Amino acid sequence: MAKHVLRLIAVAYVMFLLVLPVGLIIWQTFGDGLGPFFESLTSPSALHAFKVTLTVAGLAVVANTIFGVGVAILLVRHEFPGKRLLGAFVDLPMAVSPVVVGLALILVYGRFSPVGGLLESWGIQVIFSTPGMVIATVFVAMPLVARSIIPVLEELGDEQEQAAHTLGASRLQTFLRITLPGIRWALGYGLVLCLARSLGEYGAVAVVSGRLVDQTQTLTLLVEERFQNYDQQGAFAAATTLALIAVVTLLLTKLLRPKDRSDGN
Amino acid sequence: MAIEVRDVNKSFGATPVLRDVSLDVAAGSLTALLGPSGGGKSTLLRVIAGLEQPDTGTVRISGVDATRLAPQRRGVGFVFQHYAAFKHLTVFRNVAFGLEVRKRPKDEIRKRVMELLELVHLEKLADRYPSQLSGGQRQRMALARALAVEPQVLLLDEPFGALDAQVRKELRTWLRRLHDEVHVTTVFVTHDQEEAIEVADTIVLLAGGEVVQSGSPGEVYDNPANPFVMRFLGPVTELDGNLVRPHDVEISQDPVEGGSSALVSRVVKLGFEVRVEVEVGGHEAWVQVTREQADRLDLKPGDTVHLRPVPGARSLVLAV
Repeated sequence: MAKHVLRLIAVAYVMFLLVLPVGLIIWQTFGDGLGPFFESLTSPSALHAFKVTLTVAGLAVVANTIFGVGVAILLVRHEFPGKRLLGAFVDLPMAVSPVVVGLALILVYGRFSPVGGLLESWGIQVIFSTPGMVIATVFVAMPLVARSIIPVLEELGDEQEQAAHTLGASRLQTFLRITLPGIRWALGYGLVLCLARSLGEYGAVAVVSGRLVDQTQTLTLLVEERFQNYDQQGAFAAATTLALIAVVTLLLTKLLRPKDRSDGN
Repeated sequence: MAIEVRDVNKSFGATPVLRDVSLDVAAGSLTALLGPSGGGKSTLLRVIAGLEQPDTGTVRISGVDATRLAPQRRGVGFVFQHYAAFKHLTVFRNVAFGLEVRKRPKDEIRKRVMELLELVHLEKLADRYPSQLSGGQRQRMALARALAVEPQVLLLDEPFGALDAQVRKELRTWLRRLHDEVHVTTVFVTHDQEEAIEVADTIVLLAGGEVVQSGSPGEVYDNPANPFVMRFLGPVTELDGNLVRPHDVEISQDPVEGGSSALVSRVVKLGFEVRVEVEVGGHEAWVQVTREQADRLDLKPGDTVHLRPVPGARSLVLAV
């Protein structure tokens, strides 16, 4: 009996929170057929939003991969003062609201702050421009790569790396030939998570981008802007696209998740 | 000398692990670093390999000061207790690793790797992954991998420690034969005195971070430097305040000169050897005799016998 009640609650929960809203969006999107869907997605503003989103997310993923792998190796393989503090800082973006991150970035890099003013005098505009959006996205997605790799690195241990050293491999050779293959599935998993988070980021990017249509508008910002302007078709088409990307990344994470652990001895 | 270690000290935090350790390893020898766990033997091996830095002291390999050299420049092969197999590479690629990072020509690598795989009897398993091998096979692969780069010294850290007793015995004999074929200077760490005596031509005993004694297996077994060494290397028993080997005690039914009388408490037959447990001078001791001796003496619990060390027996006076 209790089992049935629990099952009913679980189904209702998923139904009302996920299936119904997403289903409605898809129904709304394709209600008038595929024509209007492609039409609104290929409008100049939508295409531009795609481009901005891909640029920002792509750069953020690259930055977070380099940073995430570096920090993970530092935290797992090395002892140094302040190690626990660094570990805590890596997790901080998970706890801080993205809007706060956006505001903080404006305080540091805005035109009227010392840092922002200096950069502006060199011709680099951070806030209301691509660099600011990349920084904001990097920040909110920062822990994902590092946290995916850390447990696998710990389990891998450092004996294989030491063996590689005694066989004559330099640090870089050891990293490329031993460490990287050892963490490849976890890294792939972290990358996909990071990409999904970067594509879907709204709050921090909304603050630092200034929401300039055809300039700094990403897909998520496009959804919001179209909705506010009573262009439901446009909003739903972009939203469906984002949802589809989310489903694909979810499938990718399912494919990548368990592998590093299964080929142990 | 292939390896010269001088006055090496090493602490982990506040705990000293090696204290003023000096050691010479002759070229072409097979040396065992023997001692109880926590005695510092693995740390000493890792210091020689460059995987640990000594706090003070020097390490010379083939006459070159290697103290500050990175492991990859020392010309050592290292074999780990848990194999440290490269899990994502086949047996062939594992063995080829050291040659690949040295950018040797492909044909040369193939030839050398196949030679080594034949040496360790893994030529048929070249395309397998480490997870498809048994423990003994993985360890042989690790050995071939270490030998591939033609190291000046081969270092093995408890190489058979993770294997079951049967495989361990086989690999021991095999390692001895391999060394006779390859002649590379080899140092291995073990806590098993039987393994050290059987395989090595020099034994270095380490305890409490210090070298307690070194010499050939015969020397350290017959002339132990102190009761600790004597106890560690084989069975001992106490007779009249002396530490003696139980097989070095003479047992007779009639009183003998210089003997002491004892009461038989138990007779245990272990195949060929018989263990006679006795009470002598208020404490327990035991004597190892052959089955034939035991039958001749017809020993039973409650009998009174007379014991004395056999002429020429090595014994150590125990401090009172």
